[in-house]
Amino acid sequence: MHMADALLAPAVAGVMYVASGTAVGVSIHKLKKDDDAKKLPLMAVSAALVFAGQMINYTIPGTGSSGHMCGGMLLSALLGPQAGFLSMIVILAIQCLFFADGGLMALGANIWNMAFYGCFVGYYLIWRPIMRSKRFGATKAAQRVKIILASIIGCVLTLQLGAFSVVLETSLSGITELPFGAFVALMQPIHLAIGLVEGLITAAVLIFVYESRPELVQEVEPVEGEKAKGTLKGVVITIAIIAIVVGSGLSLLASSNPDGLEWALFGNAEAGYSENMGLDEEEFGIQSGVADAAGKVQETTSFLPDYAFSGSDSAVGTTVSGIVGSAIVAGIAVLICFAGKFFRKKDKKEVTNE
Amino acid sequence: MNKMQKALRELSEMDALAQRSSLIHGLHPAAKLMATVVYIVVTLSFNKYDLTGLLPMVLWPILLFQISGIEVKTCFYKLRIVLPLVMAVGLFNPFFDRDILLRIGTVEVSGGVISMITLMLKGVFSLMASFLLMATTPIDKLCAALRKLFVPKILVTLLLLTYRYVGVMTDELAVMTEAYQLRAPGQKGIHISAWGSFLGQLLLRSMDRAQELYASMLLRGYHQHFHYVDIRPFGAKDALYLFGCVAAFLVVRLVNIAQLIGGMVIR
Repeated sequence: MHMADALLAPAVAGVMYVASGTAVGVSIHKLKKDDDAKKLPLMAVSAALVFAGQMINYTIPGTGSSGHMCGGMLLSALLGPQAGFLSMIVILAIQCLFFADGGLMALGANIWNMAFYGCFVGYYLIWRPIMRSKRFGATKAAQRVKIILASIIGCVLTLQLGAFSVVLETSLSGITELPFGAFVALMQPIHLAIGLVEGLITAAVLIFVYESRPELVQEVEPVEGEKAKGTLKGVVITIAIIAIVVGSGLSLLASSNPDGLEWALFGNAEAGYSENMGLDEEEFGIQSGVADAAGKVQETTSFLPDYAFSGSDSAVGTTVSGIVGSAIVAGIAVLICFAGKFFRKKDKKEVTNE
Repeated sequence: MNKMQKALRELSEMDALAQRSSLIHGLHPAAKLMATVVYIVVTLSFNKYDLTGLLPMVLWPILLFQISGIEVKTCFYKLRIVLPLVMAVGLFNPFFDRDILLRIGTVEVSGGVISMITLMLKGVFSLMASFLLMATTPIDKLCAALRKLFVPKILVTLLLLTYRYVGVMTDELAVMTEAYQLRAPGQKGIHISAWGSFLGQLLLRSMDRAQELYASMLLRGYHQHFHYVDIRPFGAKDALYLFGCVAAFLVVRLVNIAQLIGGMVIR
C-alpha cells in the first residue's frame, strides 16, 4: 500500500506531511511527559524486527498463497500507540530511503495511511476497548479471544481506512481518470482480504508473546495457571468456512454478470439493475464531481495555468516544436552520459599512468 | 537467496555507494536533501498533460549520475517496487480519457496516453532523485543534517538506532528462514502452526536484548543525548549548489525548454 511520489500532487503531499507531523509532535510530547525515553532502544529493536518480519511469507492454509504482516497493530499493542507510531514512521522512512518503497514526498501520506490508522485508530478505538471489556470474563481463554478479536478487527478496519485514504489522496491529486467510486470498489475488497490475513498473523504473534510474557502486551491482565489451547485454529477454520460460503456466493453472482467492473460502474438496464454508481456510460469519468474538485485543487496548486497540447492557438506548431525539442533534450541526456564516461576513462588512465 | 538476504545485499550496496567519494558525495548533506526535495516537488507539480515540459527534468539526475560516478542501472532495479502501483493507477487513463490531444501523421494520441506517460516519468524521476540522495549520502550524515533542519531529536536517534538494528535483525531472520525452509522442503512459507512462535521467539529475545542494550548505554554515560557525526559547516560551495539547482528547476518549470529548443531549430 506504499504510495509512490508520482501519485500525489505537491499540495496533497504537503497537507499529509502537516497532518502526520502534528501526530508526531503530539506523540513526542506524550512520550516525553511519561519519560518514556528509556523505551528508545526497545522501540528501535522492535521496529527493526517488524521491518524484517514483513518479509516473512506466511502460508495461508488451503490456498497455496502467502500473507504478510504490516506491523502497526503489533507495534502499538507491544509498545503503546505513541511509541508504536514513531517506530512505524522509522520503518517507513527506511523503506522509502533505502528500498524505494514509497517516496520522499509521499512519506507524509504513507505515515498517515499506514502508521496513524494502525497505531492510533487501531489502538484507541479497537485494542483498548476490547481488551478492557469485561464481557468475555477474566479467564486466560477469554484474554486470548480478546487478543484475536482485537487484532483481526483492528487490522481489517485500519487497512480499510488506509486503502480509502490512498484512493482519496490519489483522486484529490488529479492523477487518475478512474472514477472515485470505481477506484474505491477496486481497492477496498482487496484490502479486506489482506487485512484479515494480517489480523490473523498479528494475533498469532501476540498470543505467543502473551503466553510467555503477558506483561509485554499492553492493556492485558496476566492470568495465572490454567491452559487454553487451539483458539487460533478454531478462528481460522471458522473464517475459512465463511470465506468459502461468501466466495462461492459471489462467484455465482459474478458468473451471471460477465463483466463485473462494467456492471459495477454503469449498471445494466436490460438486466434489471440500472444505475449502480450513478455513472452515465456516454460521459463516464470525465464529469464526476470529484474530478471537478480535483481539477480545481490542481488549478490552485500548479503555478502555471495549463499550457498543454490542447487548447493552444497554434496547436500543430507547438506540438511539432515540442516533439523536436524533446528529442533534442534526449540527445543532450545521452551526450551527458558519454561525457561522463569519457572523463571517467581519462581519470582512470591518469591513475594507471601514475 | 531468500528475500531477507536480498534486502541485506541491497542495504550493503547502498552503503558502499554512499561511502565513495566524488564532487557530489562531498557536498553538505542538508544541501543535497533540500535540492532533492525541491526537485521532487517541482517534478510533481507539472500538469498531467505537460509531457514536453517535464522531459527536461531528466537532465538533473543524469548529470548527477555522471558526476558522482554511480551507474544508472543500479537504480533501475529499485523501480520494480514503485512502478507497479503507479502503472496500475495510470493504466486506466487511456481508457477513460480519450480526447485526442496530438496527431503524429495518421496516429492519434489521446490525452489518457499522454497523462499515463507523464505519470510514469514522474515516478521514475522522483525515484532517481531520492536514490541519488541516498547513494551519495551516508545515513549518519543524513541524520546529522536532519537534526540541523530541526527534525525532533528522538525521531532522528530512533532512525539511526533502527537502521543499525535492521541489519542485525534481518540477518537473524534470514538465517531462521533458511533453517526453517531446510527442515520443511517443498513448503512455500511458514506453516500456520508456527505463525506465532516464529517471529515471537525472536521478538522475546530481542526485547531482552534491548533492555541490556539500554543498560549498557547508561553505563557508558548516555543521558538521552546522542553525539552525531560531525559534519562540516554549510559552505559557499553548498549554497551555490543548492541555489543553482533550485534556480534551474524553476526555470525548467516556468519555461518549456523542449518547446523552446524545438522552436529555434524549426524556424
